[in-house]
Amino acid sequence: MRHPRLRRALFGLFAVLTACATPVTPSPDYDALMAEMMRASFREQGIAKMDRLMQDASNAECSKSEGGPLSDARSEAIQTANYKSVKMPADGKFIGDWREGERLAQNGRGMTWTDPSTATTANGGGCYNCHELSKAEISFGNIGPSLFNYGKLHGVANPEAPESLPIVDYTWRKIYNSKAFNACSGMPRFGHAGLLSEAQLKHLMALLLDPNSPVNK
Amino acid sequence: MKRIPVAGLLVTAMACALAQQKFGADGIAEYRKMLEDGNPSDLFEARGEELWKKKRGPKNASLEQCDLGKGPGVVKGAFVELPRYFADTKKVQDLESRLLTCMETLQGFDAAEIAKTPFGVGEQVSIEGLVAYVSAESRGSGFNLPQAHADEQKMYELGKRAFFYRAGPYDFSCASCHGEAGKRIRMQELPKLTSDPGDGVGFAAWPAYRLSSGEMWGMQRRLNDCYRQQRFPFPGYGSDVTIALGVYMGVNAKGAQSIAPAIKR
Repeated sequence: MRHPRLRRALFGLFAVLTACATPVTPSPDYDALMAEMMRASFREQGIAKMDRLMQDASNAECSKSEGGPLSDARSEAIQTANYKSVKMPADGKFIGDWREGERLAQNGRGMTWTDPSTATTANGGGCYNCHELSKAEISFGNIGPSLFNYGKLHGVANPEAPESLPIVDYTWRKIYNSKAFNACSGMPRFGHAGLLSEAQLKHLMALLLDPNSPVNK
Repeated sequence: MKRIPVAGLLVTAMACALAQQKFGADGIAEYRKMLEDGNPSDLFEARGEELWKKKRGPKNASLEQCDLGKGPGVVKGAFVELPRYFADTKKVQDLESRLLTCMETLQGFDAAEIAKTPFGVGEQVSIEGLVAYVSAESRGSGFNLPQAHADEQKMYELGKRAFFYRAGPYDFSCASCHGEAGKRIRMQELPKLTSDPGDGVGFAAWPAYRLSSGEMWGMQRRLNDCYRQQRFPFPGYGSDVTIALGVYMGVNAKGAQSIAPAIKR
């Protein structure tokens, strides 16, 4: 270029464009910073070990989406994997004692670092924390939907009858692994995560589906 | 001081009976009003002010030269701008981690040792008073956390990620309980913390006097118990995840008036 002024002007323009295109400071690698922050911030205490910070696909992807929906394909894949993890009751019987179920539903204890054991016998279902169930219990949460009259509304007159099988099958799977039907469900996976035993799950089934349960009165 | 929890329990028992009798929003609101009328936080504030001004620790010094972000010794208005970046520590700090810094540098206490001390024991009791005093000096002011420093912005982003981080045996995150408005656990209303929940709600309601235990809980203890109930491992006192969550909630609550120290059941 023969014109020094033009050259300087072009060079200046180039410098400005470059400065605009390149951020002054590189954007932080938040995935790495987040992983390091979580690792460094927590320690194990009692039964609550550090492996609790590990995430499976559901937790990892539903954290990233910040409450928003996943893509249809990812939802489907996560739900299918969780659906496959469900173990049906070994003896083919789904319905326990609704009275025991009510006790479990009332009991919100278990799995905190102040609890002495991770055994299923030390855990409640905590259902009333988030759901309405029987009308007698007026202290219930609303993070989950009301389950009052759950069996009745689904037309279950006899949970042992063959015609009840579709709703019985669905309810078992939902309690066992809520992510089988909703990839980012807010409900704990009571069977899948080893929170409740098969017998305890049957008691919750009875609470929801037994016509004599206060839930269906 | 022994009489306070007993009196508190009596108030709680009476108020609970009343709340149950008149079950519903009105009953609960009346219960809350009764609690506010009997808030013994002024006793903690007075003790905290005394601790602030008293010469203590290996260096026999007071905290009166402590810089809470608005310059050495400025307490008024400091609380509603925390957590913020501090140039001397090169860290974003909340009220409690900043108090630890001052207790170490000015008074000669071992900050790491205090951070390891269980809540309600030893110097952690001093911090209960100090957070009551410092927060009370901003009562009625709106939250206005600075976000100019790159580390403050970084902590906001990390706090947001921590807020939505689902894990543990229950698959819970902070958002499980505090991601939507109008939600409850049992009868306990849950503030939505992803936006401003309003004056004196959520972030703007801590530190708070807990009637059930007769203790003053700062945000560190509040978050610690959240993580316990979230079934997570134990968050370190003043750890980055607790500071990041403080930045996230505090920035979201911009303009919300602080009622701290509040009173809780």
